Amino acid sequence: MSGLSPGVFLVTSAVKVVAVFSVLMVAVAYTTLAERRVSAWIQDRMGPNRVGPFGLLQPIADGIKNFLKEETLPGTSTKLFFVLGPMLAIVPALVTFAVVPFAAPLPTPWGTVPMIVADVPIGILYIMALSSLGVYGIVLGGWASNNKYSFLGALRASAQMVSYEVALGLSLVTVLMLTGNVTLTQVVFEQQHLGLWFVLPLSLGFILFVISAFAETNRLPFDMPEAESELVTGYHTEYSSMKFSMFFIAEYAHVITQSALMATLFLGGWDIPFWHGDDAFYFQGQWIQGFDAAGTPVLATLAWWKTLLTLGAFVLKTSLFVLVYIWVRWTLPRFRYDQVMQLGWKIMLPTALAYLMLIAGTILVLDEISVPFGLTYGLILTVVSMIGTVVFTFWLDRDRVISGASPSARWPLPQSMPSVDVPQLSETDPSQAAVGAGGN
Amino acid sequence: MSVTVKVMNRPEAGRTSYLRAALKGMGLTFKHLVNPEKVTLQYPEEQPDLSPRWRGTHRMEVHADGRPKCVACGLCPTVCPANCIRLVGGEDDQGNRYPVVYEIDEFRCIFCGMCQEVCPVEAIHVGVHFENGEYDRSRFVYDLDRLMEQDHPTTLLWDPSDPKSE
Repeated sequence: MSGLSPGVFLVTSAVKVVAVFSVLMVAVAYTTLAERRVSAWIQDRMGPNRVGPFGLLQPIADGIKNFLKEETLPGTSTKLFFVLGPMLAIVPALVTFAVVPFAAPLPTPWGTVPMIVADVPIGILYIMALSSLGVYGIVLGGWASNNKYSFLGALRASAQMVSYEVALGLSLVTVLMLTGNVTLTQVVFEQQHLGLWFVLPLSLGFILFVISAFAETNRLPFDMPEAESELVTGYHTEYSSMKFSMFFIAEYAHVITQSALMATLFLGGWDIPFWHGDDAFYFQGQWIQGFDAAGTPVLATLAWWKTLLTLGAFVLKTSLFVLVYIWVRWTLPRFRYDQVMQLGWKIMLPTALAYLMLIAGTILVLDEISVPFGLTYGLILTVVSMIGTVVFTFWLDRDRVISGASPSARWPLPQSMPSVDVPQLSETDPSQAAVGAGGN
Repeated sequence: MSVTVKVMNRPEAGRTSYLRAALKGMGLTFKHLVNPEKVTLQYPEEQPDLSPRWRGTHRMEVHADGRPKCVACGLCPTVCPANCIRLVGGEDDQGNRYPVVYEIDEFRCIFCGMCQEVCPVEAIHVGVHFENGEYDRSRFVYDLDRLMEQDHPTTLLWDPSDPKSE
């Protein structure tokens, strides 16, 4: 790939792996701080601001605290899986980031180094495969804890993952159809090529992806597996010290990875808007900036400062989504379990399917009447998608997406409630009441 | 209906929304996010704005020559509902009564301020002060010298003609 000699490829890959891993871990640490600060600001508080300037050393203090805390191992747990759970949770969250391109390629004396850990040809499929693996850690940890709350959390996590993985995949298919390939480098390039970020031509796909991604990362309003008001803390009730910390890191790593994916798939990745000078794509053995009117490739001019600028753009877009994650968490209350299932199967899945058909049909028509892949193509798709979005947000969102707590005309309570025999307590005989209360 | 009750007019069925309502809610939280006026008090650096009628740590008023104003009449230990004042009175050569022992157990005290109200010579006061942490439990029984050392402002008594202290 990308014309590097095997030695250079190995060395640059190793450097990139270490760099991306460290940056990701630091980013996770500071996302926890951002979560606490933003939640505080939203609630008109100040948040942690004592450890270091502006509280910037708080994550380090938290880390030390978690390392030094007592590690508990419940006597009734299945030890192997109890230990395996947090590991399985954290690995997929970190590994998914490998296929996300985070900057324009960097020219070096030994060749042009693509700024992506592994430009695997199965890109999005790899993401689909690994992002759903994260739930195994939760399920294993919850089950191995041998605690009813952990177990319920694990059950909910698996049910939620199954429900929303479908909508997530289907909303991704629209991106694949527009890109024609599954590598994320090409997804970024096609957005540069189209002149529009996919958030516009695939606006409803973006909305569906964001909603599903929230469910995938188990963040509010979809934090059913944790649900502290119902399940203590759900799947990690029995975990303490670094094992708990690993679940925590896994959650935030998932948030960052999903934010990076949203930025890459729908917001142009590392692309800087309204400027084609940064465009670069490895095409038939050379780095090209795009195609001219005749369809011949135009070579890309690469520079280290372009790499830095695009890296900045990528970080900015990713942080924006991380902020949205935090912002939503401190705004919306948790769904009921039936609402989660209803939204997943009755709304998200049909909408994603219908939208897929709509986009497929539009692309087919556009290709048949040979509209060139460019701005016009994108604008037509934008208009079609906007119609879909308006239908989704204005027609479907009339009491259909999530019903309220009170029974409504559209979601009435069942007419006949199953009758339950309630044992009558005799008011004149207190001994019977005492027996009833104590006889469990 | 009381004015403090907020009536929520729920939308009728078929007129509710989730996505747009969620966006509206996010707008509200964003307003609070960027609002620079936070309610947190950065306590040790920033001091709370205590009411002039705040009843806190006691202090004993002294005469210009350094003697306590207390005349050991025994009204405060009598009126004290928590029974936290210990007073042993004495009499000097001129027949002036003075406290030989005057101790207030700040742990037992409920800070009702009745000692201040009942004192005929305005000697014992509760004060506008609350930072009285100690490393030893025995240090919470304030003796006469300790009470005379206190220099925080004394509590303003409630005035029936000015019920809101304005």
